[in-house]
Amino acid sequence: MNNTLIIGQYVPGNSLVHKLDPRTKITLIFFFVFIVFLANNVVSYSILALFALASMVTSRVPIRFIMKGLTPVWFLIVFTFILHIIVTKEGTVWLEIYSFQIYSGGVFQGIAISLRFFLLILITSLLTLTTTPIEITDAIEDMLHPLKKVKFPVHELALMMSISLRFIPTLMQETEKISKAQASRGVDFRTGSIKDRAKAVVPLLIPLFVSAFKRAEELAMAMEARGYKGGEGRTKLRELKINARDIAVYLLFIAVIAGLLLTRGY
Amino acid sequence: MREKLIEFRNVSFRYREEHPWVLKNCSFEIYEDESIAIIGHNGSGKSTIAKLINGLLFPQEGEILIAGKPVTEETIWDIRKDVGMVFQNPDNQFVGTTVQDDVAFGMENRGIPREEMIARIEESLTAVGMQDYHLTEPHRLSGGQKQRVAIAGVLAVSPKVLILDEATAMLDPKGRTEIMNTLNQVQEKNNLSLITITHDLHEVVQSDRVIVMNHGEIWDEATPREIFAKKHALREIGLDVPFVAILADELQVKGLALTKEPLNHEELLEELWTLHSTT
Repeated sequence: MNNTLIIGQYVPGNSLVHKLDPRTKITLIFFFVFIVFLANNVVSYSILALFALASMVTSRVPIRFIMKGLTPVWFLIVFTFILHIIVTKEGTVWLEIYSFQIYSGGVFQGIAISLRFFLLILITSLLTLTTTPIEITDAIEDMLHPLKKVKFPVHELALMMSISLRFIPTLMQETEKISKAQASRGVDFRTGSIKDRAKAVVPLLIPLFVSAFKRAEELAMAMEARGYKGGEGRTKLRELKINARDIAVYLLFIAVIAGLLLTRGY
Repeated sequence: MREKLIEFRNVSFRYREEHPWVLKNCSFEIYEDESIAIIGHNGSGKSTIAKLINGLLFPQEGEILIAGKPVTEETIWDIRKDVGMVFQNPDNQFVGTTVQDDVAFGMENRGIPREEMIARIEESLTAVGMQDYHLTEPHRLSGGQKQRVAIAGVLAVSPKVLILDEATAMLDPKGRTEIMNTLNQVQEKNNLSLITITHDLHEVVQSDRVIVMNHGEIWDEATPREIFAKKHALREIGLDVPFVAILADELQVKGLALTKEPLNHEELLEELWTLHSTT
């Protein structure tokens, strides 16, 4: 059962992007969000697009997975484009339909903003496509480490995340079992009005919650029996390491920023 | 003389003041390298004993000593280094996202350096025959495999005693055999006391000594063979007597003189085919 189940959108692979330290990836994406706004002409946009495209190609993630990640935002991209065409009234009039005019500025602005959106989503979805959720958790734990000084429960948060990740498939299998058990008792999940179907979910959720609490209690006891007493004095099996390739990618990224600063129009 | 590893001195326990006693004035000893089975019907107090040994619960009366140290709030972290536990539900004790992460969990808690962890993971996974599953996620493992990983996780921290609290109760027969075989191998290779807590008389056969619990009291303490001979009394306290024992009983009623109480099919077969031989 559920042999193909993969949490999140992770596509297993062995490419350079997969092998990068998750902290490197998160850091770069964080800064990419800012430098996207540096671009303001054809050359600078090309540099950005080239960078995004190059990362996509080196990741060797099949296009269809990337497109799948983009589906929920297509609407937003198209919507921004149309909005700009309607609202922006700069440059020369290119087209006149009845009393409605499309300006050149609107088209350019629309393309530019949509492109920004597109590149942002592309790069951020590459993170989840090439990094396992547990790697992301480790990276977040490590990067939030300084917050420990102000009593922020970094270790606890990371442990909570990793335990949730571990239990998602278990709870999904359980949901399936309960829904079959309830269906065999005559609960109808598929037909009826939305209200009826929403009501049918109740006998599914209640046993699921009851068992989840029971699991939590037993897990807590098992963890305690195995000597868990918080993050103090703990060592870690999973290790994050900055390699030469991470440094190379950082340098490349700095080059991209420099390129943008040089080519953008002021 | 073997060293005393676990000692219960007049231990009584109840969950709340107004609740009935779960354990009543229990005293027993477990020695190093010994294999003990604690058996009893549901609610006989057998799982409570396991939790008391590990310091997950504390007794209201009496004293528990593990390797000479009394179990108190201050000593539980030391005691948990010596006492490993495997619980009933294979899913609810699997903490890690992969097999090796789960085996590492106990070691991480003890602050063992990473290099040593890697070596010990390999060692303990090989001991339970799961060395090919380092990176497998728990939902891809069978119940028996998950329990073997749980045993590996305990072995990795090399405790003095391994407690199995109904560890095979939720498994199918195949998983059960897997675990029993694994445990036999593990006990042979390590200096380890084994406490098997069960309600299934089949599982007591391999142990050196059996403690039978009934309503929070120690009902009997004897070898498996002596226990099997008391099948009528066992049935009265709500335990399932294995088929072999019942069959042996019926045969004796019919007038066949068996020389000893058989523990399994092989032994009964041995008895039967040599029954009339004179040499």
